[in-house]
Amino acid sequence: MRPYAILFLLVLAGLVVAFAPLPAHFSAPVARTFHVEASQFAYQPGEISVNPGDKVTIELVSTDVVHGLYVDGYGVSVKADPGQNATLTFVADKSGSFRLRCNVTCGAMHPFMVGKLNVGANTWLYRSLALASLGIFSVFVLARTTKME
Amino acid sequence: MSKFELTRFPLIKNLLKNRYPQLAVFVLMLAGFLFAITAGFVGTPVGSHNFSIVFVWIAWWAILILVAVPFFGRGWCAVCPIPVVGDWLQRGAVLEPAPKMSKWLNLRVPAKFRNMWMQNISFTLVALFSSVILTTPVVTSVVLAAMLFLSIGLSLVFERRAFCRYLCPVGGFIGLYAQTAPLELRVKDKNVCAHCAGKPCYNGSELGSGCPWDVFPGGLTKNTYCGLCMECLRTCPHDNIAINLRPFSADLAKPSAKLDETFKAFIMLGASLVYAYVLMGSNGSVKLVAYSVFSPAWFGYAAGFLAVIFGILPGLFWLSVKFGAIKTSSPGKQFTTAATALIPLGLMFWVAFSLSFVLTNATYIFAAISDPLGLGWNLFGTAATAWQPMLSSLVAPTQTLALVGGLAWSARTAQKSAPQAGISSVPVIVYCLAATFLMLWLLL
Ligand code: SF4
Ligand code: SF4
Ligand SMILES: [Cu+2]
Repeated sequence: MRPYAILFLLVLAGLVVAFAPLPAHFSAPVARTFHVEASQFAYQPGEISVNPGDKVTIELVSTDVVHGLYVDGYGVSVKADPGQNATLTFVADKSGSFRLRCNVTCGAMHPFMVGKLNVGANTWLYRSLALASLGIFSVFVLARTTKME
Repeated sequence: MSKFELTRFPLIKNLLKNRYPQLAVFVLMLAGFLFAITAGFVGTPVGSHNFSIVFVWIAWWAILILVAVPFFGRGWCAVCPIPVVGDWLQRGAVLEPAPKMSKWLNLRVPAKFRNMWMQNISFTLVALFSSVILTTPVVTSVVLAAMLFLSIGLSLVFERRAFCRYLCPVGGFIGLYAQTAPLELRVKDKNVCAHCAGKPCYNGSELGSGCPWDVFPGGLTKNTYCGLCMECLRTCPHDNIAINLRPFSADLAKPSAKLDETFKAFIMLGASLVYAYVLMGSNGSVKLVAYSVFSPAWFGYAAGFLAVIFGILPGLFWLSVKFGAIKTSSPGKQFTTAATALIPLGLMFWVAFSLSFVLTNATYIFAAISDPLGLGWNLFGTAATAWQPMLSSLVAPTQTLALVGGLAWSARTAQKSAPQAGISSVPVIVYCLAATFLMLWLLL
């Protein structure tokens, strides 16, 4: 019975680490514009960071062939012809880290043409690191309790 | 440890024993395989619209690493089309077992090649060129065709399945990770085997071929080298072969401590880390370098790749093992025994890495099934399916689940294997934790 109680507590701790709401770090939303250059097979800059609530404008310009920019999790996208500017505006109302992906076939490595949008801190990464540590802790605790049985 | 015998159900047993269901699957797989090769040669050069790339590297890979290996071990090998033609030629028949006297050379593979090193080399070669192989239909087809012809060639020169057992780049890691699967083929009673005259499961009989994978079923203690081909189920006159459900990672309780298998574990762990960085990262120049094979920069990338899998990862692990040494037994044996913990870790690294591109690119499957060659066909009306990531909000949580679960699993494995290695499990667990932190940081 005892190991089960401990297991229950550990699972509970895991759920808290994974899902407990964090105090919202509030900063007044602003409008931000990013100039992003797309070329085979990268975005420059590769990562953009904004605060939750910001109004984000991405000016996409392609320096070689046609590229796209699709924001994972938001489902919005824009397409830029070579040398032409195209703009995408959206409100960053979901926090976390999201991949930017080219959604116009642009050459061999196209499926791996990715960038990153950080909206606020990458809390899921921190939660995951904490979960990994908790996982190790659990293994030690459970090994000890089952040995005592 | 409790086991549950599946072959106790006559339906399951007869389905596996009968040659026709397996033959039907083989024919289907072989047709798909030959079509993939053809598609790569005659279809569009655009990878994401060619059947060869989409079916091999998205559909097949997803099924293999997310389902087949974790749950069925070498289940894929039971239906793999690559060795089938060589098998047929070697036996001189499609359904009949191998004749007593082979028509071909039927040589024994030299002892120094009877290990996993050739598979370690073949996998590493594929890995170094993977950016091109994964994205270029013609190259994928050349690799698939080369595997087909090598397996045929080796079947005619050597006995049994030399290609599967010693050369196939996929077969090596399937075997390594099959040890974690909750499914096994074993004999029911070793005493029956000890008194069994002629050992038809290994030597063959008119009921079936001797084990094509060159293992003696009566001595099986791990899944690594049994290809689940079902021949022994057919040949055993004492009905002594069983297929069992069992707890996950049952084989890891007794570490095998062989250096070739240990390096397979490092190669797989390292390759998943390098891929996560190169393919899923935001650094575009490294993608170009990985793709520009034989350019000076690519040689640098290749050297870095090799340094990670053969130098840095094993080196740091060696230090962890040294650091945790309690008993002064052979350091080589301590190293290989402790590395058992890396088997579940590596498997889950691959699961997590694969999740990041499989769901994202799954829509290509719908388009490619209607227009497999990228020639504007529309066989099932789905050719125009637009690319759209599927379930993208689930990817990161599932990856975390896989990596954290894999870490706990490997820590548990380390605790069990450390006493057998005469070391403390703590440094090994710290190593696994550090690798998991790195993988989380790369993927999330
Ligand atoms: S034929 Fe059956 S009983 Fe005989 S050695 Fe093989 S598995 Fe054992
Ligand atoms: S004959 Fe039996 S032991 Fe040998 S590979 Fe086939 S299923 Fe495995
Ligand atoms: Cu692009």
